[in-house]
Amino acid sequence: MAIFEVENLSLHYLTRFGAKIHAVTDVSFTMEQGKILGIAGESGCGKSTLVNGLMGLFIPPLYPTSGDVRVGGESLMNRTPQDVRQNVLSRKVSMIPQGAFNALNPTRKVKDIAADVMAAHMKGVDRKQIYERLKERFDLFGMETEKVLNAYPIQLTAGERQRSVIGISTLLNPQMVIADEPTSALDVTTQKVVIKMIFDLLEKGIFSTMIFITHELPLLRHVANDIAIMYAGEIVEMGTAQQVVFDPRHPYTKALMGAMLSAEPGQKQRKPTAIEGAPPNLANPISGCRFAERCPSAKPECKEREQKIRIVGERQVRCEYAE
Amino acid sequence: MKLLKNLLKSPMFVIGMSLFLVTILIAIFGPLFYAINTDRVGVPYDMPNAQFWLGLDNYGRDYVSLLIRGLGSSLYVGVIAGVIATTIGTLIGLYGGFKGGLADDILSVLTNLFVVIPQFVILILISTTFEKRSLALVAMIIGFTAWTWSARGVRAQAAALKSKDHISLARLNGDNTLKVLVVHILPYILSYVFMVFILQVSSGILSEAAISMIGLGPTGDNAISLGVILNDANRYGGLSDKNWHAFIPATCVISALVFALYLINTSMEGVFNPRLRK
Amino acid sequence: MQNSEVKIFDAMNAGRTFGHGKKLVTAVDDVTFDIKDGEIVSLVGGSGCGKSVLAKMMLGLYRPTSGTFLHKGQPITDLKEHWREVQSVFQDPFSCFNQFFTIRSQLKAAFGIYKIKPSDKEMEDRVDQALLAVNVKPSEVAGKYPFELSGGQMQRMLLARIFVLRPKVLIADEPTSMVDACVRANILDYLMKLKEELNMTIVFITHDIGLAYYVSDRLFIMHKGKIVEQGTPDDVTVHPKCEHTVQLLEDIPEIHKEWIKK
Repeated sequence: MAIFEVENLSLHYLTRFGAKIHAVTDVSFTMEQGKILGIAGESGCGKSTLVNGLMGLFIPPLYPTSGDVRVGGESLMNRTPQDVRQNVLSRKVSMIPQGAFNALNPTRKVKDIAADVMAAHMKGVDRKQIYERLKERFDLFGMETEKVLNAYPIQLTAGERQRSVIGISTLLNPQMVIADEPTSALDVTTQKVVIKMIFDLLEKGIFSTMIFITHELPLLRHVANDIAIMYAGEIVEMGTAQQVVFDPRHPYTKALMGAMLSAEPGQKQRKPTAIEGAPPNLANPISGCRFAERCPSAKPECKEREQKIRIVGERQVRCEYAE
Repeated sequence: MKLLKNLLKSPMFVIGMSLFLVTILIAIFGPLFYAINTDRVGVPYDMPNAQFWLGLDNYGRDYVSLLIRGLGSSLYVGVIAGVIATTIGTLIGLYGGFKGGLADDILSVLTNLFVVIPQFVILILISTTFEKRSLALVAMIIGFTAWTWSARGVRAQAAALKSKDHISLARLNGDNTLKVLVVHILPYILSYVFMVFILQVSSGILSEAAISMIGLGPTGDNAISLGVILNDANRYGGLSDKNWHAFIPATCVISALVFALYLINTSMEGVFNPRLRK
Repeated sequence: MQNSEVKIFDAMNAGRTFGHGKKLVTAVDDVTFDIKDGEIVSLVGGSGCGKSVLAKMMLGLYRPTSGTFLHKGQPITDLKEHWREVQSVFQDPFSCFNQFFTIRSQLKAAFGIYKIKPSDKEMEDRVDQALLAVNVKPSEVAGKYPFELSGGQMQRMLLARIFVLRPKVLIADEPTSMVDACVRANILDYLMKLKEELNMTIVFITHDIGLAYYVSDRLFIMHKGKIVEQGTPDDVTVHPKCEHTVQLLEDIPEIHKEWIKK
């Protein structure tokens, strides 16, 4: 049973000068219990906008153009941000943001920030019980519980902060977690610690379903079961991690894999090739394939013909020439 | 240009700016359309009538003429005091904030010293040492005592910018301190400085009114400012004898002027601050 | 011409501390190393390991508080003189340029470090060449302001500045950590190009030992202010001697290797 469905979702921004920026176009996927979907793409490809859309937070200047997002069959469209925050977020869908430092109120202790989240959803429970529960939960994370809970965000290391944020986001055992580049600002060692914690929570059954967003494809291959590649607001390829990483079919995915550095001993001679050019400007309506300008195997008609999702090699690809 | 367009989209700015422009236009062009006469023309505290729209003051002078003249003087004092206070504050704040270390400590102590002594007390003390006070002198006294807040604000802004990468890069380009301050820091805080300037102008206008209220304003027969009008109204029974026209119009003009400046300042914050802009 | 006798940097028991008394923090602790002319050396370590402070010492922005730190056999005294030979690119490409001036004018401003500026024509020519060197058509960025470019493009502009100045030494402080994974390859290519075409000595600072392995002639692994291991990339990555190096190697999510058991 799908617990989260996205159907032909398109989103746009309105700029101050009245221009429409089509940040996300025609995104569809479903999340079943236990699925971990990775979404990857360059910066500016619409990943972060998509996150806001997935959570139903349409705060101006972001507006839904068309499509639907359903949590447990219940649509998130046409609802106020307050309503969504109160009834959907934290409990059903929770988000792990990118910058832990911005997510934590610097003037409050970690335990107070966490207690507020719990108190908002548990009526009639006093502060002491909440702290007890918090301690129990944070003990699971393998951190120094006392130290972390009683610290102000600034007293923690970047890794501890990010882990606290993850702990707080998952306090209410959400059905699904959306992680928006949770490790991009961290060094590799801390990144591994954070990923380990996420795996730990999955294993302990705190949550089981996750959308993980990043621009690091090698990382996704270890984290996700399924991977979707985004380009210029569209999903251009979606399949299992194995399929997308080791056997990419869309020219963009191929180019993306070719640009990745594989810095493993003995691979020094392999030269990564960067993708030349820049993604199209999404303020202008685009007809035809969005990657055509940069595609090494583009045909003249690619620039005119709009590409639809088709099934190639058991996965979805948005390119009519992909084999 | 884009900035101006954005500003014009803010109703707060449009209202504030129109109000301010109207007061300026009255101060500058009023005398062309209205025969200004600050001599005695009738009996003291004559009520408003068809000839004298706002009545006469304690000397029997026409209030409309006085207000137009007073408005001009108040703006003059406000702008000069604002320029002086903003310039001193910006220079001290910029240098202290960027240099840090001993220079910053000395300048901070100096600034804080001025902050803890109430500005109004200094204003009174300095004003009493001058027997004769022209408008320009009053403006200068206000300006030289009001710079502390702008210095603190600018210092904080400059200190925050100092560790930015583009400053490091400028130093690697061989730029000296002066160039770094003028080219790489000032542009970033110029909008802030401008907002500070607007606040300094409005507080200059208020300070002039306050100091004139207690009789330490500009002296001399031709010295007419909004504060002086209020002082006269206070001294010669305008407040008690139902002579509302002695103080309400002047109060309204000051309030409108200061309100307009605050509106402009607040609306600018929304446009200049990129975070609020989003 | 490569002259391996000249040591670009020579540190002997160099250290740098901040603060004093109870608040004393040792950022760089008793490091001894040398960097030869024409080498690419990588400083690798997690955040807070002291690599950025060491980089600033190389730029002359911090003086050592203990030991000696020499540039070509001399302590660094005249900073302007020093920066004619040693330049830097920084981590965050967006905050590196002044947003009120065009990119081009800021690339030209780099000539400010010279004692005698070349003629205007020559400066323009060199900026054009530098832009071409990083695969940007000069007309593409003509009249553009920093905020009109993407992160990857901005990082190229920072590198273009190095092509303009052609210093002897480049300190590259995490130039790849703020850009997309797919732009990283570009940045590293340009670093290699600087070395090959201009025989530049490059100190590459990163937390990703994988990237360091890819570009460098020698690796320095740093941990808590100390250099815990140094050697050629193959030695360090294939036969790591220090636990911290092993840790750094294990932490990179490589495509072909198991990383964390789910």
